[in-house]
Amino acid sequence: MPSLGADMEAGKLVEWSVQPGDQVNRGDVVAVVETQKGAIEIEIFESGTVHELIAELGAELPVGAPLAVILAEGEAPPAEAPAAPEPVQEDMTAQSPADDITAPPPTPDIAPHAGAGPAASPAARVRAHELGLDLSAITGSGPGGVIVLADVEVAVPGPARPQARTGGTGSAVDEMRKAIAAAMTRSKQSIPHFYLSETIDVQPAMDYLAALNADRPPPERVLLGALFVRAATRAAAKIKVMNGHFTDGAFRPADRVNPGVAVALRGGGLVAPALMDAQDMTLDQTMSGMRDLVTRARAGRLRSSEMTQGTITISSLGETGAEAMTGVIFPPQVALVGIGAPHRRPWVVGDAVVPRHVVTLTLSADHRVSDGRQVARFISEFETLMSEPEAL
Amino acid sequence: MTDFRAAYLEELTNIAPDIDPDTVGDDEHIQDDLELDSMDVLNLVMALHKRFGVDIPEADYPRIATVALATRYLESHVAS
Repeated sequence: MPSLGADMEAGKLVEWSVQPGDQVNRGDVVAVVETQKGAIEIEIFESGTVHELIAELGAELPVGAPLAVILAEGEAPPAEAPAAPEPVQEDMTAQSPADDITAPPPTPDIAPHAGAGPAASPAARVRAHELGLDLSAITGSGPGGVIVLADVEVAVPGPARPQARTGGTGSAVDEMRKAIAAAMTRSKQSIPHFYLSETIDVQPAMDYLAALNADRPPPERVLLGALFVRAATRAAAKIKVMNGHFTDGAFRPADRVNPGVAVALRGGGLVAPALMDAQDMTLDQTMSGMRDLVTRARAGRLRSSEMTQGTITISSLGETGAEAMTGVIFPPQVALVGIGAPHRRPWVVGDAVVPRHVVTLTLSADHRVSDGRQVARFISEFETLMSEPEAL
Repeated sequence: MTDFRAAYLEELTNIAPDIDPDTVGDDEHIQDDLELDSMDVLNLVMALHKRFGVDIPEADYPRIATVALATRYLESHVAS
């Protein structure tokens, strides 16, 4: 069971997409797991042959539990199928779902049998560390004795455990609210945020799009949001200190840009799936990629890589609404680009005051990784790119 | 004669399945009242384009922003 976010403890296996004997290639979808953030398609990170499906459909499994055994080419099957978590060389969970990013996986200890102390979920490890508790002194209540967050909270001496999870049976919206609460609380508790803002003239970009879209049928039209993602992607590729993951006490810049695009879900909640390898996309490809992401986010069909390999988040308030937003960084990322709705304002162009559409860009950044000067460079780069939209 | 009102509501609820078509008022705005975002609006325009072959330019988006407006718009543009 891969970790699909910093605060995921368990997932429910709801669908197998493969059978024993099937050949699988790295990146293939092999299963669907129901999480607090909806159903996620799980991609395999090893190529080989499906030897055995271990996990049962409908089972609620802790992060790190084996789902299946995959044999590499020429590899002999294990003498006996592992009934409980065992060090299986090629099982799907032996490698983090994020291992093909240059940054190491956000939670390298997700496999409970990695030899690093007792089996525990990432959230439990973090919380135990925060509380100064020794994991080996805690009894795990998860399947196979895995220590989950609730076990750590219970182990806190005295009355100080306000964050104990109630584990109720809330609606999907309630569950998503909990997932957001956990991730954002962790972010605000562990990331020293700082913020830089700049109001930017987007009239050239809006005029460019109006002319571009006038000659295009609806399926080929481009939204302003795609220009924002394109500009942020190129700025992130240049200002590398804004793009990557902070894990295990160190920042690891990513060598590609996978912008997480914040998508509001109808009925409440938010997901920010990553647009993979956006640095290599044209504007049109960016637009169609975003349309695909939004469609799948709403239908609950995102992929595990999209949930874990975002390198920076872009949150845009759309066409109408508030003029600025100061966002919370999505761990283990180190920056979030918040973009307010365009507003028509008096603006100085040359020596004249003219009405222009402007947006306020607010960068949330991690002070463990960057300083104001670097964030200012990002903003300046973004502004320059938006002023020449035809080059995006 | 095509029931443009029903067709519009059908495409709208395809995009936002949580909306009950029976509760949508004729003058409710798809963005301000029904909370469609710009991607949803584009998807609605695409759906109407596919269904009726009508090419709704961006400048006309305000003219399909409510059930009443859209019904009139489709009647005049699809017929011609």
